[in-house]
Amino acid sequence: MSSVIAATPEPGSAPSQRAAIAWRLATVVDVVTETPRARTLLLDVPGWPGHRAGQHVDVRLTADDGYQAERSYSIASAPEDPRIALTVLRLDDGEVSPYLNDVLRSGDRLELRGPIGGYFVWNVSLGGPLLLVAGGSGVVPLMAMLRHRAAAPGMANMPARHAVPARLLYSARRWEDVFYRAELTRLAEADGTLEVAFTLTDEAPPGWTGFGRRIDRMMLAEVAWPPAERPHVFVCGPTPMVEAVAATLVELGHDPARVKTERFGPTGGS
Amino acid sequence: MTEPFVSRGFRGRRQPGATAARLPPGQYETPDFPVLSAGPTPRTPLATWDFLLRGADGPVARWAWDEFAALPHESVTVDIHCVTKWSKLDTMWEGVSVDALLAAAAARGVKPSPYVLALSDGGYTTNLPLADVTGGKAWVAVKFGGAPLAPEHGGPARLLVPHLYFWKSAKWLRQLRFMEHDEAGFWESFGYHNYGDPWREQRYSGDP
Repeated sequence: MSSVIAATPEPGSAPSQRAAIAWRLATVVDVVTETPRARTLLLDVPGWPGHRAGQHVDVRLTADDGYQAERSYSIASAPEDPRIALTVLRLDDGEVSPYLNDVLRSGDRLELRGPIGGYFVWNVSLGGPLLLVAGGSGVVPLMAMLRHRAAAPGMANMPARHAVPARLLYSARRWEDVFYRAELTRLAEADGTLEVAFTLTDEAPPGWTGFGRRIDRMMLAEVAWPPAERPHVFVCGPTPMVEAVAATLVELGHDPARVKTERFGPTGGS
Repeated sequence: MTEPFVSRGFRGRRQPGATAARLPPGQYETPDFPVLSAGPTPRTPLATWDFLLRGADGPVARWAWDEFAALPHESVTVDIHCVTKWSKLDTMWEGVSVDALLAAAAARGVKPSPYVLALSDGGYTTNLPLADVTGGKAWVAVKFGGAPLAPEHGGPARLLVPHLYFWKSAKWLRQLRFMEHDEAGFWESFGYHNYGDPWREQRYSGDP
């Protein structure tokens, strides 16, 4: 795809010198409210070199006196989407996320650079099965993988989808906190090779038939592919959730080398 | 060429001067200790844990856990800086200085090499110039805040190289390998900077 990707060396090779990842001036073309505490910024990024699902960007804000703040945000959009989507959870005590949620609006500009990260990534050529486990806003890079899986060339036909079946287990506090609710439901309804399971840990709406507890061993044993199927596993969420899920998957017999994780602490994405 | 970019309506939250002076560019202070690892946390029993120094021709020194614990330990208080932007000030560690470990290797006639590769349980690696782990700049830490290092933070033992971004401070350390040539470690192969000086903001490959 891009030269950034082609140049990825193997560990153990001589260090390579690549061109710097340039800061780019993006323009906000649309803003989508996802939940009461999160919204998605849709960005036009001139010169964007392309990304892989699971990668992130660095965002840099500059005040009029030159003061700057930087944070990292996962990309929510598929590589096939010409716009870059960032979904940002508003942390009340944060410095950057309240600005991105409360102040930034369509037409504003935003400095960013990327794509960054080459390990927590997946594309359809890596094959399946694909097991995604999300906690809270940790669903963002996993959504990029599902969007890529749906949008990649050739994936419109069923045999291609059957070759890379996918399951998402998504833990959130309440239904209203779930990102991409309508899209996830629509994707799963339209695709028999994608299963989406939700668990709501704090409060479930009336008539809720999904899970209603923190992700545990029994839930993973029920939802996850058996270890013998050798799924590609991606886990993203708050540290305690990721620690517990990754450890349990290893106990269940999954190869630790196929369990890729991204963790964020209480302030990890503010 | 153009006016410097300003983010409309962004005021920011400036740190007090004393804190700001200790934060490298692009970093913010956190009171928490976030965890960032690429995979499941390995859990090696202390009974089977050992630490190896390895040269081109094989292991040159090995310490079992009890032997390692008997080495002289130092207490250090340092600021740490993660490439994901958080910094944590005045963190307190205890461990064995890499100088002391290398002295043991030198006593066995092992010649120093210009680079070392740190190898960890779970397959993680990171590469460093020898000069960055000697001269009182690096430790193999076994305690944090006075308590045994928790597994998610790299216990039982992790490398501590506080003057570089924290991915260089390999968790779950088991081996230091003397290298004649520099070889990219794990994150260094996935687009992160080969050296990683936070004060020069060397986050990603290609950063000056």
